[in-house]
Amino acid sequence: MARLDGMRANRRDVLAAGAGALSLLLTRPARATPESMAVAIRSFVGEATVQKGRVALDIPALVENGNSVPLKVTVESAMTSDDFVKTIAIFNERNPQPNVANFHLTPRSGRAEVSTRIRLGDSQTIVAIAQLSDGTFWSDQAELVVTLPACVES
Amino acid sequence: MGRALINVPAKAKRGEIIEIKALVSHPMETGYRTGPDGTLVPRDIIQRFVCTYNGEEVFSADLFPAIAANPFIAFTTVATESGTITFRWIDDQGRGQIETAKITVE
Repeated sequence: MARLDGMRANRRDVLAAGAGALSLLLTRPARATPESMAVAIRSFVGEATVQKGRVALDIPALVENGNSVPLKVTVESAMTSDDFVKTIAIFNERNPQPNVANFHLTPRSGRAEVSTRIRLGDSQTIVAIAQLSDGTFWSDQAELVVTLPACVES
Repeated sequence: MGRALINVPAKAKRGEIIEIKALVSHPMETGYRTGPDGTLVPRDIIQRFVCTYNGEEVFSADLFPAIAANPFIAFTTVATESGTITFRWIDDQGRGQIETAKITVE
């Protein structure tokens, strides 16, 4: 009899744990979507059109660990005082927020080149947009697959 | 904040483009992660990084939670004159950390 009670308690525990896990899933924060990335890009470029080219986004196509992914952006530019890259902005589709980073360069940068390490919550497309001093915007994008996404386990 | 690692060449020729690497130890807590008790761990990230060369800003960055823990940034600048390159990281609370590096330009 005592043994039966014990089993009941176990079953209850299992159910409670299941409900707990479910509520955890339900309270997971919302993800960014391709639409929210488009909104973030729009707020960065304003009314200007974004042209393809001049920007090279270097990021591995297959990522094993989404917690730290090396990323490098290079922009073709003379980097003189009247023709230089002002900002390089990085956007993503499926992390909780569409923005990754904005890098502000100056003619004293010498080269339009920046590297960092980012987090990826899922397989997705990454977009890099460069704002030049003449007001034009140029972009490059990369699709990648993530085997172990960031922020799955606590 | 934590320990910072900075890589700046000690010597450079005038007009040479030098690469600078900067890393600071920081958890970059996104605010989207659940802790052991099931509640969200509050956000705590470095949101701004600024590099000045003899007082003039040469590079800066706005960072978001998608930047990996212990943020690493590499960029370039033109070695114009001997002096001090200053690095400043600012977190959500407005607290900052400052590191400097000396460079000799000949």
